[in-house]
Amino acid sequence: MAAFTLEFIVGHVNYWLFTVLMMTGLYIVVAKGNLVKKIVGLNVFQTSVFMLYISMGKVTGGTAPIFPTDMQIDPDTVYSNPLPHVLILTAIVVGVATTSLGLALIVRIQEQFGTIEEDELLEIEKAMAAEDTRLHGEAMGGLA
Amino acid sequence: MAAGRATNAAEPGAAQDAGHAVEHVALTLADQLPMLLILVPLVAAPLIVLLGSRRLAWPLAYGAATASFVMAVFLLMRVIGGEVISYHIGGWAPPLGIEYRVDSANAFVLFLVTGIATVVLPYARTSVAAEVDGQHGTLFYAMFLLCFTGLLGVVITGDAFNVFVFLEISSLSTYVLIAAGAVRDRRALTAAYDYLIMGTIGATFFVIGLGLLYMATGTLNMADIAERIADQTGNRTVRAAFAFIVVGVGLKAAIYPLHLWLPNAYTYAPSAVTAFLAATATKVAIYVLMRFMFSVFQPLYLVEVKTLEFIIIPLALLAMFAASVIAIFQTDLKRLLAYSSLAQIGYMLLGIGFLSETGLTAAIAHLFNHGITKAALFMGVGALVLRFGNSYCDGVAGAGRTMPWTSAAMVIGGLSLIGVPGTAGFISKWVLVQGALEAGWWPVAMLIVLSSLLAVVYVWRMIETLYLQPAPERAAAGEAPLSMLVPMWLMALACIWFGLNTELTLGASLSAAKGFMAGSPGLILAGH
Repeated sequence: MAAFTLEFIVGHVNYWLFTVLMMTGLYIVVAKGNLVKKIVGLNVFQTSVFMLYISMGKVTGGTAPIFPTDMQIDPDTVYSNPLPHVLILTAIVVGVATTSLGLALIVRIQEQFGTIEEDELLEIEKAMAAEDTRLHGEAMGGLA
Repeated sequence: MAAGRATNAAEPGAAQDAGHAVEHVALTLADQLPMLLILVPLVAAPLIVLLGSRRLAWPLAYGAATASFVMAVFLLMRVIGGEVISYHIGGWAPPLGIEYRVDSANAFVLFLVTGIATVVLPYARTSVAAEVDGQHGTLFYAMFLLCFTGLLGVVITGDAFNVFVFLEISSLSTYVLIAAGAVRDRRALTAAYDYLIMGTIGATFFVIGLGLLYMATGTLNMADIAERIADQTGNRTVRAAFAFIVVGVGLKAAIYPLHLWLPNAYTYAPSAVTAFLAATATKVAIYVLMRFMFSVFQPLYLVEVKTLEFIIIPLALLAMFAASVIAIFQTDLKRLLAYSSLAQIGYMLLGIGFLSETGLTAAIAHLFNHGITKAALFMGVGALVLRFGNSYCDGVAGAGRTMPWTSAAMVIGGLSLIGVPGTAGFISKWVLVQGALEAGWWPVAMLIVLSSLLAVVYVWRMIETLYLQPAPERAAAGEAPLSMLVPMWLMALACIWFGLNTELTLGASLSAAKGFMAGSPGLILAGH
């Protein structure tokens, strides 16, 4: 079990930041009532994963993984791992798609419900559910 | 010499030898099936949008789904004996290249997904025209095909990151499909939004897990990961990866406390979408869970055994009872069936939790049998919605008299849901009880039977609504159109057929379970 020495804490700084960012994002998604703010939280949450992947590809002393134009490759040169970066490009695209779809849904919700506050939406849906039960509840003898 | 032997086409074995002797010539259409299966719907989806023709959208979608179904049948026939097909995309060998790997487990799930899509699409034509805004018809089929492609890709791929990409393709299109139900009920929008938030959190958890696995192994090929973590049982990174992946996939599979998105999504989505999703989406997530638990992580991992024993099994039992009880008290048939789906997912998880060949066979067989059962039932409810405009119990009361064929199909589906002998549901539950007894857990076996009794209650409520209650005063509504009845009855008859003839279902499930229990077969470098 690694002791919490200064070296351990500083050495893992990208993981600390990742965790803080991830929890911040998740907290916003859960705690905020505004649907747009939830999407922002989701973005922060996803960004933390980008950071995890990108920092994972760093090799100590490594340079950008680009071959020189004359293709005279020095075998001693250390390159960073480009694969996690490429992977996260895909995840960024997915994140953009999710955000735009989420925002589009919010626009439609605003049009249909007239609000994008979660508590007001819940209120409206509760009223709709109560109306359903009043209209159709006899099937269960009012137990539903 | 090779050319001389290749001319001897009467001997298939000899021709095959010749094919291997000459490199780069051996590829036939049959070898490309794993790729074509994905490509056909993936190309058809944007084609529908580009053509923009409302007349061409449906035939294109149906053609793509049927083509995929035929290919899935061929693949299943090839691998059901235990063979494993490894397809290297672009000729790049794994672990660097992306590999599609087909074994009996995923060929069986591919068969289910393509089969359901092929049956649901003819049904969707009428149902969607009635429930979704006419001008969005073209886009609807494009989204349907994208969702279909995503699900197939998740199942067929042997590359862990590829699973994430396809998972997001299917999820994003699913959100749109669910939101398409807003024409009938505006709550579809909030249901889609909730699913978007929860689904994205699930997928992000999954991708964090993959990142941790990549950190520990430096590879993304599932078989290669399995090889490299085999001796790292104590590695905390690998354990954390396992936890993230189980929670992430669990959200998609609607494991009991992570199910909150499901009831609303199924209730307010267009009926054809509900029938398709209920039969495929959660099943595919369950498959991914099995794939990661058995082919990537070793079943012998202490953390995995403990997770199954102390988390998955109790939650599965809880789902079987809590969701069934909630289902009993629903006034909307669609919502009743949605909660019943949650309970049935419990059975599949229970089968996985037994960690035995019998348990896994039961889980895979139930995955398939429940898929066709729920497809039949949700299609029945969709027909009721078409004729009565809603699926509330009092709204559709007495439908058995005006819609005898629809109601009869729903009764067959209901019986299969309970697990009455002679229906598909009975077979998988029977194997599940066997698995429980084999493990010596007779109380669990009792609980399986008890929760089936709860299913009797809610299925009886459905039957009572359809047949025994007087029909309220309303405009005379006729039977559903033939385009909806035929797919519905195909599924209903499949429920009976697979209840009497278990050769395909149990054969494929057993072969798949054996494959899972044997662990990962390792990298296959000499592929196509």
